[in-house]
Parts: sequence; structure tokens; C-alpha cells
Amino acid sequence: MTATTHEEHHDEIPTGIKRWLFTTNHKDIGTMYLWFSFIMLLIGGLFALVIRAELFQPGMQVVDPNFFNMMTTLHGLVMVFGAIMPAFVGLANWQIPLMVGAPDMALPRMNNWSFWILPFAGFMLLAPMFVGGNFASGQGPAFGWTFYEPLSGQYDKLVFFVFAVHLLGFSSIMGSINIIATILNMRAPGMTLMKMPMFVWTWLITAFLLIAVMPVLAGVVTMMLTDKYFGTSFFDAAGGGDPVLFQHVFWFFGHPEVYIMILPAFGVVSEIIPTFARKKLFGYASMVYATASIAFLSFIVWAHHMFTVGMPVAGELYFMYATVLIAVPTGVKVFNWISTMYRGSMTYEIPMLWALCFVILFTIGGFSGLMLGVAPADFQYHDTYFVVAHFHYVLVSGSLFGLFAGVYYWLPKWTGNMYSNGLAQLHFWLSTIAMNLTFFPMHFTGLAGMPRRYADYPLQFTEFNVMSSVGAFMFGFSQLIFLWLVIKTIKGGEKATDRVWEGSHGLEWTIPSPAPYHSFTTAPEVK
Amino acid sequence: MKDLTSANRRVVFKTVAVTLMMFGFGFALVPLYSLVCQAFGLNGQTQRITETTLLQMPVDKTRKITVRMDANTNTRLPWQFQANQREVSIHPGEMTRVSYSARNLSGSDVTGQAIYSVTPNEAAMYFKKTDCFCFKRQLLKSGEEKEMPVVFVVDKDLPADITNIVLSYTFMRADKYVSKGETATN
Repeated sequence: MTATTHEEHHDEIPTGIKRWLFTTNHKDIGTMYLWFSFIMLLIGGLFALVIRAELFQPGMQVVDPNFFNMMTTLHGLVMVFGAIMPAFVGLANWQIPLMVGAPDMALPRMNNWSFWILPFAGFMLLAPMFVGGNFASGQGPAFGWTFYEPLSGQYDKLVFFVFAVHLLGFSSIMGSINIIATILNMRAPGMTLMKMPMFVWTWLITAFLLIAVMPVLAGVVTMMLTDKYFGTSFFDAAGGGDPVLFQHVFWFFGHPEVYIMILPAFGVVSEIIPTFARKKLFGYASMVYATASIAFLSFIVWAHHMFTVGMPVAGELYFMYATVLIAVPTGVKVFNWISTMYRGSMTYEIPMLWALCFVILFTIGGFSGLMLGVAPADFQYHDTYFVVAHFHYVLVSGSLFGLFAGVYYWLPKWTGNMYSNGLAQLHFWLSTIAMNLTFFPMHFTGLAGMPRRYADYPLQFTEFNVMSSVGAFMFGFSQLIFLWLVIKTIKGGEKATDRVWEGSHGLEWTIPSPAPYHSFTTAPEVK
Repeated sequence: MKDLTSANRRVVFKTVAVTLMMFGFGFALVPLYSLVCQAFGLNGQTQRITETTLLQMPVDKTRKITVRMDANTNTRLPWQFQANQREVSIHPGEMTRVSYSARNLSGSDVTGQAIYSVTPNEAAMYFKKTDCFCFKRQLLKSGEEKEMPVVFVVDKDLPADITNIVLSYTFMRADKYVSKGETATN
């Protein structure tokens, strides 16, 4: 790869609110995505803390059961659709044009639209919570983030939920189309597909997953809508429908969705580990094929979420084998990361700490996933806290830690300033310890039979729940350190060099820090 | 730049096509699902046959199986619904008639629809009915009580390891599915 001369013609940056409302600049839109998702992370986190406060002791202390159910539901929905997904789209907006040497995204105006739909979708989702005057009698959705029929069909304000999901879907699909067009059409001369950075590869595959499954999600909520208001009966048994069908259609979306939330994190980690191990990524081509295999397999394993629904043995076996098969390409990735580090000149800067933590903790989540994928064992684990522990290990220490790793890696490039190492260390260690303190005990409560989504529990689970609650509050408040750190870095700090990290490679490090408002107006040459 | 615009247009066209196709696929899953369930006798889907076919079916006198009757009422349906016999012991291939009874406990006319299932799943495809109250919606006037018959046969090809079958019905409220002018039935 080669450096490029940077031309700075029209460098005037619009000011005021109009800059943000009408912007078509990928960096501005990326920034807005990241701030939006961080706000949603705090809101979703607040909901989680309500859950953990209630579960601190057995018995009912803090909220009533319906409010508790509302919190579990909205915590899941806000984190999945409001925090993790938009945050990765934000990273993509910032980084993909910089990493492929493009001046902007391929469809900048649509980019503006895909972002500005999001706040309205978030508002629609949360608004019913405030209906009824006082907070405690709020009427938000309380049927779990998977919104299984027939329970969800009985929800009075279903229409809010359905249209919120529609809007979120529009936003993701438009974002994905934009990313696909950018990657396919806007790469710098010489950057063939197999020379693309891993982050770009993982996002290309993620974008294809998104356009394949978000419409199915839109379809399933549309069916719920017509069932409730227009007299159809897709899911109502009395009219000839089938609630189990709901689960099939939902998980046909839902399983690829979990890879949508993790593949870009794989990409981020695949950028960071080579930088701080000072070696090229081990097995680049196999990484690409492994990612594609994971994406393909994600379409044919959905029913492992519903082993206990009453499937014939042949179905259970098929979904079990297909699920366990995913461990192979995932294993390829984990071993490639380890091989990249093997005999490398490793240093442990902040992004690397998060990346290492990601590899270890995500793998723990992967192993508990294997346990859950084994049909006969799943009958015991199904809908217990073991499942909660599993998906938080892959979503918190997987997706979220991957996001933190990415932000710490690229923040100096975005702001032009280095962040405070002390604060960043504090944030990392507190988050990591608190995360494990919160979720590790859930493996035990789950194996002992504590079911998820209940506001109360029997006495014998008290100690582990106390640990989880203490950990959750620690984790929640640690994120304020991150907020403080980011604001401080934007305002100033030690100037970052263009390359920022000694071992960094790639086009994004060839432009000045902070990245100018318009970059790569002349395409760089990639050899 | 012109090339880029048309290349972008092509990508948008294709990806939007994929999006629309997948939206359609979501809906196609609905008939696909019932097709698969019917073909493999999944989800407790039983077969429906005519009485003539039933009477021609050979009877296996060498073994007996027990069919247990189970009755449930959805909480939204103000009916009392029960089986008139707990179980019957029959030969595979033998035509059998059992009955349930339902009574409307409410002060208004209510239409219900019974949903059936057969357990174990593997037995469902051998369980064949000629007549069942679940084939149609049932209207019970306020306070009315009605006997509801089921005529079925268990195919003699039923695997030998299955000796017990549970025939289960759940009555659901179906007023909203009765169209204007249609009189629900029996």
C-alpha cells in the first residue's frame, strides 16, 4: 500500500444544526451513528440495572412484575437494534471509505436518511412506556425481545412496536445497500477483493446477511400487524394459524441476526491483532472463507433456538449437527488470531487489551453455545440463565468489546488526539472484571435451573444473583468513564501521529490525524 | 464518474431485488411450513379421509392400542369442554367413534374452533379422521350444550412400539373469524 498526497480543496465545514441534519459526509454520519448507539447503550443499560436491582434479593422489592417484563423486553430490543447494530454501522461509515480509499460512501444522501430514521424508530419503540401518565403503569412491550406469539399479539400498543421494527429495518437495509455499493464500486485502484482489509470483508458479508434477513423480520411483524388489526390468522390457532410458525419465521431472521452483530467485531479484531503483534494476519484467505461459511451456515440452523417446541427427532438431529458445524469456521478464526500472535512482537496497548479479551471471552461464549447446540442437553438449559450467560458472553464481551476495541483503535485518527491511557486502563479493567462478575455466575444459576425472564427466584440462587447485580452496577457505571474519556479526547490531548500505532497498516493511516473532512478526493494507488 | 453512477445503480437495483425477494420469502414460509408439516405428519397434523376409504381399510386384530382423550379450553372461551370417555382400547384399522361435549357457560352466543394434536408425533400420520367437530367452527348459544363426535381410524401400519396415543383438543374463541352472513355450523 502506498501513501497518497492529500488535496484539500473545498474544506469549508457547514456549521450549526444544519451540518448534522443535512450532512452527507460519511464521517459526520458515522459520528452520529456512534453517539446515537452510545445513548441507546446507556438507556438499555439503565433498563438492565432495573432488572439487576430487582434481582438483587429474592422477593419483590423495586418494580412490579409487568414493569420487570417490560425492562427485560426493552433492554434486549434497545441493545440489539439501538446499540450494537447502529454502532457497527457507525464504524462502517467512518472506516470503510477510509480503508478502501474512497472519498465517501457510494450513496451519501441515502446514508443521511438511513441514520435519521433511527431516532424516530427508537422513539416509537420507547414511547408506549410513557403512556398512562406515570412511569410505573407504562405500557411498553413486555413480551420478551423475541416477541413470541400468541403473547405479543395480546399487546395493546402492538402497532408502535411493529412500526418501530419496520423503521429499524428500513434503516439497516439502506445502510447495508450503501455499504455493499461502496465496497463493490468505490475501492481504490489496485485494491482487489482479496486485498481488502478484514474489517471491510466482514462488513460486506454482514451487509448481505442484513438485506437477506431484515425483510423477513419486516414480514413477520407485518403478519402480527394484520393478525391483530386486519383479521388474518397467521399465528392465531383459532383461525387456522400456528404460533410455532411464528418461531420458525422469527428465528429464520434471528439466527443470522446474531452473526450480523458479531462478524464486524471479528473484522475489528482482525485489524487490531496484526497491528500489535507486528505480524501480518495469519491465514487471510481462510479468514475470508470462514466468515462466508459462518454466514451461509447461519441460514440453516435457526431451529436450534426451539429444540423444546416439539420437533421430530430427525429435525432435532439435523439442526444439532448443522449448529455444531459452525464451530469449525469459528474455530478457524480463533486459531488464526492465536497464530497471528504466535512469536509476534506483542505490545499491550488499549485496543489490543480489548481484542485479547474479546478472543478469550468470546470463545467462552462460543463453548457455552456448543453446549446449547446439543439438542438433548438443551432440554435442560433451555430458557434458563445459562442461555442468558451464553449470549451475554458473545454479545457483551464479543460484540460490545469488539466495538470498544475499534473505538480505542481508531479514536486518535478520528479526533487527532491520543486518549488518556490511565482512564482507558481504568475503563478496560473495570469493565472486564465487572462483566465477568455479572455473567459468569449466571452459568451456575442457569445449570441449577433458574429460569430467565422472572422477577423473582427461590432463595438458593441468592448469592449468585447478588454477585451478578454488583457486577452489573459496576459495569454500568464504568461506561461513564468511557463517556468522559471520549469527550476529553475530542476536546484535546496529546497530538496523534498519522500512523497512530507503530505497527499499523492500511490506507486509513496514510491520511493526516485527525482525518480531514474530505479525504481521498484523489484515489490512492494500492500495489 | 458516469461509470460509477451506473455501477451504483446496478448494485442498488440488485440489492433492492434481493430485499423484496426475501420479504416475499418470509411470507412464502407460511404455506411452505404447512406443506412440510402435512407431508411429514409433523406438528401433530392428522390425515383426513372419507368414510368409504375408512371402511375398506384392513384391521389388525393381533394387537390393541389405547387412545386417550384430552380436552382443553382456552381461557378466553367461556365454555366447559370435556371428553365423554377417558380412553378407548381399539385394534389398528378399526373404525372408532368417540365423543366430547361442550357447554356454553356465558350469557351470549359464542363461536369456538377446536385445534387438535396427536401425541406422539410419529403417530400423527397414521391417525385418520372421517368426521370431527374440529373440521368446522362450532356455535353454542348461551347456555347450550352439545355433543361433539369424532370418527377416526388408526392405520394398521402404525409402528409396533407405539401402544398409546393421546388425542388432544383445545377449544379457542373464534368469533372474530365468523364473516357476516355465515352461520357457524352444525
